[in-house]
Amino acid sequence: MKTNLKVALVGNPNTGKSTLFNSLTGLNQKIGNFPGVTVDKKTGQCKLNAQQEAMVIDLPGAYSLYPKSKDEGIVLDVLVDPSNPVHPDLVVFIADATNLKRNLLLYTQVADLKIPVIIALNMMDLAKRSGFQIKVDDLSAKLGVRIVPISARSGAGIADLKQAIAEAGKIPLQADVLDLKELLPDGRLIEDVQQEFSLNQPYAALQYLHHYQHLSFLKASQIDDLAQKLEQSGFKSQQLQARETIARYHFINETLFDTLISPDNPVQESYSNRIDHILTHKIWGLAIFMAVLFIIFQSIYAWSEYPMSLIESLFIWLVNAVHDYLPAGALTNLLADGILAGLSGVLVFIPQIAILFAFIAVLEDTGYMARVTFMMDRIMRKVGLNGKSVVPIIGGLACAVPSIMSARNIENWKDRIITIMVTPLVSCSARLPIYTLLIALVVPDERLWGLFNLQGLALMGMYLLSMLSAVLVAWVMKYLIKARERGYFIMELPVYRMPRWNNVALTMYEKVKAFVLEAGKVIIAISVILWVLASYGPPAKFKAIDQQFASPAYTAKYSAEQIDHLKASAKLENSFAGILGKSIEPVIKPLGFDWKIGIALITSFAAREVFVGTMATLYSVEGDASRMDSVKEKMASARNPETGQLVFTLPVAFSLMIFYAYAMQCMSTLAVVYRETKSWKWPITQFVYMTAMAYLASLLVYQFLK
Amino acid sequence: MKKVKTKLSQLAPGESGIIKEFTDLEMSVKLMEMGCLPGEAIQVERIAPLGDPIAVNISGYQLSLRKKEASTIILQ
Repeated sequence: MKTNLKVALVGNPNTGKSTLFNSLTGLNQKIGNFPGVTVDKKTGQCKLNAQQEAMVIDLPGAYSLYPKSKDEGIVLDVLVDPSNPVHPDLVVFIADATNLKRNLLLYTQVADLKIPVIIALNMMDLAKRSGFQIKVDDLSAKLGVRIVPISARSGAGIADLKQAIAEAGKIPLQADVLDLKELLPDGRLIEDVQQEFSLNQPYAALQYLHHYQHLSFLKASQIDDLAQKLEQSGFKSQQLQARETIARYHFINETLFDTLISPDNPVQESYSNRIDHILTHKIWGLAIFMAVLFIIFQSIYAWSEYPMSLIESLFIWLVNAVHDYLPAGALTNLLADGILAGLSGVLVFIPQIAILFAFIAVLEDTGYMARVTFMMDRIMRKVGLNGKSVVPIIGGLACAVPSIMSARNIENWKDRIITIMVTPLVSCSARLPIYTLLIALVVPDERLWGLFNLQGLALMGMYLLSMLSAVLVAWVMKYLIKARERGYFIMELPVYRMPRWNNVALTMYEKVKAFVLEAGKVIIAISVILWVLASYGPPAKFKAIDQQFASPAYTAKYSAEQIDHLKASAKLENSFAGILGKSIEPVIKPLGFDWKIGIALITSFAAREVFVGTMATLYSVEGDASRMDSVKEKMASARNPETGQLVFTLPVAFSLMIFYAYAMQCMSTLAVVYRETKSWKWPITQFVYMTAMAYLASLLVYQFLK
Repeated sequence: MKKVKTKLSQLAPGESGIIKEFTDLEMSVKLMEMGCLPGEAIQVERIAPLGDPIAVNISGYQLSLRKKEASTIILQ
């Protein structure tokens, strides 16, 4: 017989919860989101024995039921709402044996919710080595729960735990911890709430009273009702919380008094301490951190280059194959130039995402990420960011897409939003081809004082500008965005550990999958829309173009290949994108751009690097079409047909570079921001503010240099 | 006479004290959840390279907190 028992894993952060989850479920897991928030929801199937299976839910790590962050809020949400789809039948509470006292605080809160519970006592091996003695049987008797000693890393005790889960009853047996009557002498309020929400447990009712504003499942009318009840009764939430916490620790101290013997000086701490002496050292600490960032950044650049070009050439081959083997027509074009192009735009990010997340998983797993936050907090906080914002922002130098996904590690909501909002300002690798092309066009390849290459200086200037802008915008947003939660920094610095490589591999796999499935949809949709805009126009115009190039005047003079080129640029000019480009010309003229650049601005929305390709197509009309020049040569010789002046002068090129530096021209980034913030509000805000900044900055640059 | 240090934020690395009370109710709840209880010994282990936050040791594990947060902890 199969039972579908729902088992939730609950515990403090850094207690080995994810490792236990992985060893219980193996690869048999699903990762989604809890509704409305970006907190990973991991569920998996676990085979308990020959007959029974259980669904395991990995809840975010928390220190108490009183949440400090959205992640912690999820734990409360799931545990106190009996109608939640993942509300568990059984809680497996994972406790760190080396840190039992603090771990038991959350345990006593969970126990009072009267959901059946089993304690998995993790890191028993470490605890023994460090000199802790835990009388497991006595502790179990005192708490009234089954305690299974395990070591999630080595896998010891997992079989026992599975057996305990299989044998667990439906009736909670744990001892009562908190005397609610003592805490809240007037019991009517609790009874009221219990009745209204048909809750069996008074402690769950108390949690409704504390957190009614944050429980996602309550209706507005219920919230108003609870607020009214509280106002009448003079309920003092914070004072009650403080008293409850003290009462719980009192219980824990009594319980552990004769069941736990702690060593005088834990051994483990000292080796971690020695590492910290170097890794958080005033000079060495910062230098090592810079070196780590440099390695990550270099690897994203260097290691992803080969697989990325492999994916790109695979798709070029596929697109050609589709054109060659399928009958020519609109559907074939849609498949090849719309859908396949979009798909390639999604898949090409996989190497960068995988590499960045491999590094992040290692940094998190070893405990180094907590030290990064520790070291960088002061400087980052000044501009409204968080110590953990350093990694997404530096990662933005390679690509904003994986970097924005990595901002999920920032617990504080406001810090996370600001990080996401400014990361795309950092000069990503897709801007590099545009910068190098434009710099090569207008900046002479000479040396300043015989030392600095001018082109190199210009490029470096663009990168510095991007960093400076990100910091400035973050600083402004610090004042504009209202925080819903008070920012705490109190954070555990876990002891250093070796990374778990299977966990690293799993993180890479999860992140890639999430990106392809969720952001991928939006990217492909926009890619198809852009394809339609660029390849269709008013039918009469298109027909005329076809006839024009089929006429003997052209067929006699040019080869078939040249005619194709000329026709393509004529069609692009008359396509909807071309019409759009022409219609925005009055708006972009003050920036020094003509309608051709306008088309490139529109098509660049798919990805910035499309700029170069669009330029190549558009300028194939100019000059002697029999000579297929490089894009650079074509652009250098391009002249305005009316005035006869060069199009790409120094002011235009710089104005254009500034525009690309600030404008949000990357649908993948917008798609990923939507995925990470769960609302269109943020990607739209980002698009608007960046475009406005781009316009104003370009206007200034062009008008000043002109 | 040596000036008596009363706040956690005033301790230098290596110095320790016993927690007496808190000056901020909301913060005190969070601190207690993380194990900072009245009567516990607390030691400042190190200060971040830029002078803030600080890392403290309490009952065998390390916490980091900003100086402003540490100033709400009154020592005996």
